[in-house]
Amino acid sequence: MLEGYNFAFLDEGAKRQVRRALLKAVAIPGYQVPFGSRELPIGRGWGTGGIQITLSLIGKDDVFKVIDQGSDDSVNAVSIRSFVSSCTGVEQTTDTSQATLIQSRHRIPEAPLRNDQILVLQVPLPEPLRMVEPREAVTKRMHAELDYAPMWLGLYEHIVRVGEVKIGADYPVQVENHYIMLPSPIPRFDNPKLHMNETLYLFGAGREKKIYAIPPYTQVASLAFEDHPFRIEDQADRACHLCGAQGVFLDELFAEDGQKIYQCNDSSYCLKRMNENGE
Amino acid sequence: MENKPALSLSNLSVRYGRGCTFCEASDNELQGNRCPHCGSIWAVRNVSLQVYPGEILGVVGESGSGKSTLVQALYMDVEPVSGDYRLNCYQDGAANVFKVSLPQRKMVRHLMLGMVYQNPHMGLRMGFSVGANVAEKLIAAGSRNVQEMTRRTAELLAHMEVPLDRVKEPPKHFSGGMQQRVQIAKAVANNPPMLFLDEITTGLDLSVQARVLDLVRRIQQELGITMLIVSHDLAVIRMLASRTLVMLGGRVIESGLTDQILEDPQHPFTQILVHSLLS
Ligand SMILES: Nc1ncnc2c1ncn2[C@@H]1O[C@H](COP(=O)(O)OP(=O)(O)O)[C@@H](O)[C@H]1O
Ligand SMILES: [Mg+2]
Ligand SMILES: [Zn+2]
Repeated sequence: MLEGYNFAFLDEGAKRQVRRALLKAVAIPGYQVPFGSRELPIGRGWGTGGIQITLSLIGKDDVFKVIDQGSDDSVNAVSIRSFVSSCTGVEQTTDTSQATLIQSRHRIPEAPLRNDQILVLQVPLPEPLRMVEPREAVTKRMHAELDYAPMWLGLYEHIVRVGEVKIGADYPVQVENHYIMLPSPIPRFDNPKLHMNETLYLFGAGREKKIYAIPPYTQVASLAFEDHPFRIEDQADRACHLCGAQGVFLDELFAEDGQKIYQCNDSSYCLKRMNENGE
Repeated sequence: MENKPALSLSNLSVRYGRGCTFCEASDNELQGNRCPHCGSIWAVRNVSLQVYPGEILGVVGESGSGKSTLVQALYMDVEPVSGDYRLNCYQDGAANVFKVSLPQRKMVRHLMLGMVYQNPHMGLRMGFSVGANVAEKLIAAGSRNVQEMTRRTAELLAHMEVPLDRVKEPPKHFSGGMQQRVQIAKAVANNPPMLFLDEITTGLDLSVQARVLDLVRRIQQELGITMLIVSHDLAVIRMLASRTLVMLGGRVIESGLTDQILEDPQHPFTQILVHSLLS
């Protein structure tokens, strides 16, 4: 444990501030709540929004997991894990089903999440309207007034120009027929997991000082036109070369012989399957 | 001409600034449109007018007389201090449009009104294609079918004589006259019964001006849209409007048949306007 610091690094006042923002975010699904983002001994852009949510929620009995684009072992994941461990001492896991609190960058885990788990997603850019409107005061009003025509216009333009919406990750969603929200740069594959799920999803943007949430059993629709329905990445006829999994999000790799192979993006899911298959 | 106005406005006032007890008393004299006590600008003060179905009503006045503010209030770009605004197409004129809920006002704006701004930058998104700009009005009215919108967009642009091979270009590549044609296509996209036109030919070459005005006359005849057209140029008003209001310092100082005003102007300011036109 880090000496001379409060449990979970932040002082209790700072935690309460974040929790208040979280409560508001849960009460208004998809609405971006401003919060007083603190300085952390981790560079901004390295998940400081997510970390502050984590630090404000984590308790001594929690079991914590960190994943970075599906991997538990990336530099980013390891540094967040060691930081949280050093200032809380809570139990860590790579097993999604064992975790009570999961912080993730750019993925929702493959294993179905439960009602007793919380997923914290790191958000680089929270404002879906930023590309059409630079002024914060105006985007705030646009959200309040459901003035989303410019947002739809961006998608329309994609389709007219290239025949489809070319957004791989961070595909915008509309929450409970109201707020349009960016789900953080998760693949489109993960978008449907936000809809009517039993888990609490929390989103934290450290640089932009915003928190938002998808509480359990919230309607979340990926934006789509009648004649151009939303589609996830087409990986139907592919399987993981390690564990054989299908219907999961697969990374494309090249084998030594130059052949394309596919592998589970969620490494702990893959490992668990391999262990089970091996037994 | 039918008896019931398509648009009926009573006692519209629009103020820039905070106002005070002096200028809020409507019979106190201001310095032009400026309150001598608090410095607020009363851009429009107690203006009443009716526009009858199928007619083109002209509003003429020098720069700063409140013409743009008047149409922007009618298009609900700016909030009035007070006023009663009825549209025959909305609840048969039973509701004051200024007083209905925001979603209702948006609905009226998107479905029943069209606007062509003096400055194309106000009416068009310069970063999007011309086609998408027209489609925005369709999207705002709730359309979510790309194929239908693309078809309608092409139809409208062809009607306005915008070359169809340029649909995917942004309006910033277009000439001023062509940008106004795009704005008109956008404004009439949902077949609104009412169209507002603000100085749509100001700054254009004379020959271009004439062609844009021809277009306005043509769509007025073909679509039977009721129009309110605003210009500092009495020559433009004379070409299009059967009836005319003259504004000065935020107030209407004279109104009547355009021919009558041209032949026998009453107010000294109107006399100057008419004389400068004839000389
Ligand atoms: N956004 C604004 N803020 C403050 N004053 C404004 C604003 N827009 C217009 N005005 C003032 O309101 C008056 C009417 O302006 P405007 O409606 O643009 O007149 P017109 O279109 O006849 O030239 C002018 O005195 C102008 O300076
Ligand atoms: Mg003007
Ligand atoms: Zn005053």
